[in-house]
Amino acid sequence: MLDIQKIRADFPILSQKVNGKPLIYFDNGATSQKPQVVIDAISKYYQKINANIHRGVHTLSQLATDAYEISRGKIQNHINAKHSHEVLFTSGTTFGINLVANGFAAILKPGDEVLVSALEHHSNIVPWQMLCEKTGAVLKVIPMNEKGELIMAEFDKLLSKKTKIVTTNHISNALGTINPIKYMIDQAHAVGAAILIDGAQAVPHLKPDVQDLDCDFYVFSGHKMCGPTGVGILYGKEDWLNKLPPYQGGGEMIKEVTFEKTTYAELPHKFEAGTPNIAGGIVLGTAIDYMNGVGFENIQKQELELLKYGTKRLLEIEGLKIFGTSQEKTSVISFNIKGIHPYDIGTIIDKLGIAVRTGHHCAQPIMNYFEIPGTIRASFSFYNTKEEIDVMVEAVKRATLMLS
Amino acid sequence: MKIKEIQDEIVDEFSMFDDWMERYEYIIELGKKLPLIKEEFKTENNLIKGCQSKVWLQGQQNDDKVVFTADSDAILTKGIIAILIRTFSNQTASDILESNMDFIDEIGLKEHLSPTRANGLVSMIKNIKMYALAFNSQN
Repeated sequence: MLDIQKIRADFPILSQKVNGKPLIYFDNGATSQKPQVVIDAISKYYQKINANIHRGVHTLSQLATDAYEISRGKIQNHINAKHSHEVLFTSGTTFGINLVANGFAAILKPGDEVLVSALEHHSNIVPWQMLCEKTGAVLKVIPMNEKGELIMAEFDKLLSKKTKIVTTNHISNALGTINPIKYMIDQAHAVGAAILIDGAQAVPHLKPDVQDLDCDFYVFSGHKMCGPTGVGILYGKEDWLNKLPPYQGGGEMIKEVTFEKTTYAELPHKFEAGTPNIAGGIVLGTAIDYMNGVGFENIQKQELELLKYGTKRLLEIEGLKIFGTSQEKTSVISFNIKGIHPYDIGTIIDKLGIAVRTGHHCAQPIMNYFEIPGTIRASFSFYNTKEEIDVMVEAVKRATLMLS
Repeated sequence: MKIKEIQDEIVDEFSMFDDWMERYEYIIELGKKLPLIKEEFKTENNLIKGCQSKVWLQGQQNDDKVVFTADSDAILTKGIIAILIRTFSNQTASDILESNMDFIDEIGLKEHLSPTRANGLVSMIKNIKMYALAFNSQN
């Protein structure tokens, strides 16, 4: 069992007061809080080894480059990628998806099909719509059921020789559903399509094994897994990364430049133009070390407890409905109270020190499916407690009373 | 009453409340009392889509005054709309254009008019001024 109080002491922000009340942070789906080791590592980088990487012959540049590449190695091990050059540093999940979607513009022909799941965040919808507009390819949607699960029978029907790429999140940000990605990857490959997995909401809860999954691309952000903002990872299979054209031109991504012709650098540098977020890249390694130190088994156990307890307690409130009721879900509870707008509840419980997300969670198609303007989303992390859930339940009750 | 007088009156009313709870309860009360916008005015054209809540605003000229009606799907947003309508409706276009929003800060509701709030209120105020500007140039 985790010693939660000891874990909480690692996160300085958690002992803060907000609006005069102890902070209860249940917006982990938007971004996680950072442990002291991560905060210290950022400061240490700038104090001791700040220099541009892969360029200078001087000692600091070498130290910074080593630290950056060591971090890439850690991430490679963490997700079990075959090669370190299959692990590209990006600015975050959105950038990774755009990079791949942009690359597919060189591959798709009019009439080809792109399959997108109905559970996606806008950042995994819009880049593909833009791709389809550019290429004349057709966007098709894998539908969901009322539990917030993708319907696999419909997915199978949509797949055909025309399907060139499938894209889905590993875990839904709005509802918490864990999608059957292993099955989807195998089915996509069976028709010769590539598949991208948006792992932004998965990496805070589990350790993806990209070789076992056999996905072609897996993208995620550092800031949802105790790391800094502005850094993320795009994993891509070597063959695919060699096939895709570079996304941005600039320094670092070239082998040779003349005004007649430029040849591109090898992987991973081909996709890492310009000076990257060096501190972010290095410290993402620190964050992953921290999470592995806590242990993903422990994390999952604690979060499952919170999910079960939170679900039970919230359902005690009259008129409360939970959206996303799959058996396979992470510690996310999206809910509404009959006749009350989620914005009103969110605003009032904020005054009571509770941070939740309200609104459509950048997933309007899901809200349209349920015919609601949005939900209140409480997303728990391993550093949250049942006592905090109790406080939230009381706060929601109080807000409901005020608003009805 | 002039806009500034109404605003002072509102500041006065809010000064009676000790804490945010009482303030919010009052806003909820105001929201519930707000006369609804006529169904025919709840059009796509009059809709201000906030990321969080929706706001409908309709303005028309009545002699030399501009009259506003509005609605929202969230009650707190609606309560603040009620305050804005009380302030700006039935005023002349030029008075609306000359007015400012400082009183919102004084009654402790500034955070609701922050653009990050995405409740449609910032756009609503902009649209109130746009109506005033349009009517002003017609006169």
